Amino acid sequence: MISIALFGVLALVAIAPIAVATSASPNATGIVYGACLIVTLILFLIALEILFAHPAASTVVLPLGLPWLGAHFRIDPLAAFFLVVVNLGGAAASLFALGYGRHEDSPQRVLPFFPVYLATMNLVVLADDAFTFLVSWEFMSLSSWALVIAHHRVQENMRAGYVYLLMAGFGTLTLLLAFGLMAGGDGGYAFDAIRTSHLTIGTSALVLILVLIGAGSKAGLVPLHAWLPLAHPAAPSHVSALMSGVMTKVAVYGFIRIAFDLIGQPQWWWSLVVLAVGGVTAVMGVLYALMQRDLKRVLAYSTIENIGLIFASLGLALAFKAYGMNVAAALALTAALLHVFNHSLFKSLLFFGAGSVQSATGTRDMEQLGGLIHRMPQTAFVFLIGCTAISALPPLNGFVSEWLTFQAILLSPQLPSWGLKLMVPAVGALLALSAALAGACFVRAFGITFLGRPRSPEAEAAQETDTNSLAAMYALAGACLIAGILPGIFIDALAPVVQSLTDGRLPVQTGGQWLSIVPIAESRSSYNGLLVFAFMFITGMVTAFAIHRLASDKIRRGPAWGCGYPDASTLTQYSASSFAQPIRRVFGSVVFGARETGEMPKPGSIAPARLTVRLRDLIWDYAYAPIANAVGVIAERLNYLQFLTIRSYLSLVFGALVILLTVLATWP
Amino acid sequence: MAVIADFALQGAQMLLVLLMAPLLTGFVRKVKARLLSRQGPPLLQPYRDLFKLMRKDVVLASNASWLFRIIPYLVFAATWVAASLIPTFRSGLLFSWTADLIAIIAVLGSARFFLALAGLDAGTSFGGIGSSREVMIASLAEPAMLMIVFAIALIAGSTQLSTMAAFMNSADVGLRVSLGLALIALIIVAVAENARIPVDNPATHLELTMVHEAMVLEYSGRHLALIELAASLKLLLYVSLIACLFAPWGISSPVIAPLPLLIGIAAYIGKLAVLGFLLAVFETSIAKMRVFRVPEFLGAALMLALLATLLRFVSGSF
Repeated sequence: MISIALFGVLALVAIAPIAVATSASPNATGIVYGACLIVTLILFLIALEILFAHPAASTVVLPLGLPWLGAHFRIDPLAAFFLVVVNLGGAAASLFALGYGRHEDSPQRVLPFFPVYLATMNLVVLADDAFTFLVSWEFMSLSSWALVIAHHRVQENMRAGYVYLLMAGFGTLTLLLAFGLMAGGDGGYAFDAIRTSHLTIGTSALVLILVLIGAGSKAGLVPLHAWLPLAHPAAPSHVSALMSGVMTKVAVYGFIRIAFDLIGQPQWWWSLVVLAVGGVTAVMGVLYALMQRDLKRVLAYSTIENIGLIFASLGLALAFKAYGMNVAAALALTAALLHVFNHSLFKSLLFFGAGSVQSATGTRDMEQLGGLIHRMPQTAFVFLIGCTAISALPPLNGFVSEWLTFQAILLSPQLPSWGLKLMVPAVGALLALSAALAGACFVRAFGITFLGRPRSPEAEAAQETDTNSLAAMYALAGACLIAGILPGIFIDALAPVVQSLTDGRLPVQTGGQWLSIVPIAESRSSYNGLLVFAFMFITGMVTAFAIHRLASDKIRRGPAWGCGYPDASTLTQYSASSFAQPIRRVFGSVVFGARETGEMPKPGSIAPARLTVRLRDLIWDYAYAPIANAVGVIAERLNYLQFLTIRSYLSLVFGALVILLTVLATWP
Repeated sequence: MAVIADFALQGAQMLLVLLMAPLLTGFVRKVKARLLSRQGPPLLQPYRDLFKLMRKDVVLASNASWLFRIIPYLVFAATWVAASLIPTFRSGLLFSWTADLIAIIAVLGSARFFLALAGLDAGTSFGGIGSSREVMIASLAEPAMLMIVFAIALIAGSTQLSTMAAFMNSADVGLRVSLGLALIALIIVAVAENARIPVDNPATHLELTMVHEAMVLEYSGRHLALIELAASLKLLLYVSLIACLFAPWGISSPVIAPLPLLIGIAAYIGKLAVLGFLLAVFETSIAKMRVFRVPEFLGAALMLALLATLLRFVSGSF
């Protein structure tokens, strides 16, 4: 199995030179994305086969990389699950790009990197030693960086690429240190060697913190998220979908692989850190998302929120695992993994929708959009499904994983530690708050973009997007619905993954009554998405039919109520900023240091009144700006070293040599 | 045979909530009017309004989309399904395990999500003002509601409403601090969710002061009838929820016998009357608050519910 998967990855890498060779031809887009679609679909099917038939883990060692180590690859259930996520997202993005990619101005800047990006994400999941893992991880960062700066003439994108490159390098550095600590002095870099080595409590704690920083910066945990809302929207939309929907999940994979698999039995207080970071990330992410007016940036910040939710569930799973409560750990981990899968579906879908809107109107600024539901009805429909799913509303899939997380939280009073007893309810409240705010955020995102009247001539003249793009979006929307109404199948498919990491599993779901999901026992809690969907659908249809037959089915059109002032300008509608104003007023003064200043003209003056809102990104101002300033100041001070004489340089070299030799001589 | 009876009882529950909902709304209006020394509309007036609206033509705003036309059915269906899943006169109904309390709250959340979208569809300021305020209220009311559910679920050991009601009816409950806190928080949330005074005024027609009514301003005819019916159902749902959790007396256990069922129905109607009366008294004795005082009001509910949950985590005896 593993060799077929590796051949698939090789095929993806081989598409890159083809892309370079054909990039002048007008068919290049079709060839490259078509080939990517086929290969990722094959990889997806292989991963699915492994997950459902779950044969034992298969490994292979190739004579690549470090000579004494070789390149180890391995597929176990966890890797297979993430291969499913990566390649499903990859296939959807390729299908979408078959249509969307034709709008690309400079395809030669996108086409060669896209298959490499897909290949490296697969390799990270397949890697079975630290060296291969880190090399793949770094190439994943580099290829996505190249895609972020594909439209390099936009100044903003270059800045995004710069910040991304810095943060990605920093993240890889911490992962490198983590693997160095795990491998110890003997340098057992293969994952098998790491599993059997016994780390001291202090070392493993340090490893966990480093991994949380390294994987967390890639996933977008607050406060390491700063690059994400810059870089994800800058890339072409199908790449944004991959970065948000899939690459953040590869980062989650890195965290799970190390925290649940490689470093052995967790300590209870690790979960405190992960829970706190997850809860804060969820709320901060969605609050930021509510303040944005760039549609793709809204989606990028909402990714941060969902990553927070996933990490909070992972923190719960760590807590339960630390105390040997295996079934509860299995429940929390299932919730996290299911949300990984669900989020990859609806976030890709939403980015595709945003991309379609952008290519139809030329803008992603919500204040310039509106009324697109009339001109792009199908895009609006699938985008609405994505919005409903991501807002965790039944009967779609986002709700299921959220519900499982809450069920896991309700098991946590049995945890013996006091720190956790106080932390878990607080995190529960934060997650509940973020779920409610996510609903508000996506009412705003959909309502301002697709409903109302068009706010610009471009929005007025928009055209429905092409068939390939629509096919990709419909496929993902269908998957959201299926995962929402038949969650039992997905939970059962996750059972081998969860079992391998926690030694526990949930009861078999698909055998139950009417396919409802029952995490612990039916008297405790159960949810049946299929019946909720069926009841809502049937009662809605019956009501509509009855009313139309028995009462009235007539419709007249008339102007909307405007208090007697007809033909109001489209600017009188609620805008994205005004929609967020009540929430900004409730949360903004604390979280963003929001200041509103109103300027009223003198009586009699015809100058317009102005309302200025200033929001500050406190994390940027207090965490990133001081570091950037310090680096600048130090660089300035050290600058004179560039203009010394040859004698001074020689004495510097001599001094450094003496110091190093002294250190070496006195080293114990 | 038992299956047929189960289906019949589930159907009876659906019809009961649907038929009682306008009556409850009419009753609250009547009591409020009497408290203000007015005659008030007859008890059955809401039914007449609904029938009248159903038969009238729909006037759609020129910019309204297909979404605007299906949202009334969606909102009504979601609210009706949610209301049918609350144990009213009998627990353990055929489909009671379809959704636990968290899922019921989320189904109501779906209804609100779509209603808020409808407010934005016509492209007027009134719809926008209503929607944006509605989601602001919801963003505090929903977490508060979830924390209430957590507190009660931790006491009852279940989020399944039938199990919760059975537990609250048993002798194991006793007087608990966290239950008291949860009840206060639940009342605050119920008031806010149903757009009652002091959060919103269901009777106002001054555009700038209203939240829910501004959001549905563009609806007319059968669409408006469904929205109004859904609002009545939501009020009934919250009243039934409070009754089911904090006054579960008389709810018939899952046996099929005529006498307990009759007692259950009578007890349910009695509870609706008492709680409806209390709501009317509460509403007449208090003034509507400014919209930006509402977050503090709901924040109090959130904090009370969080406190209740924390107490449960700290000790099993609270």
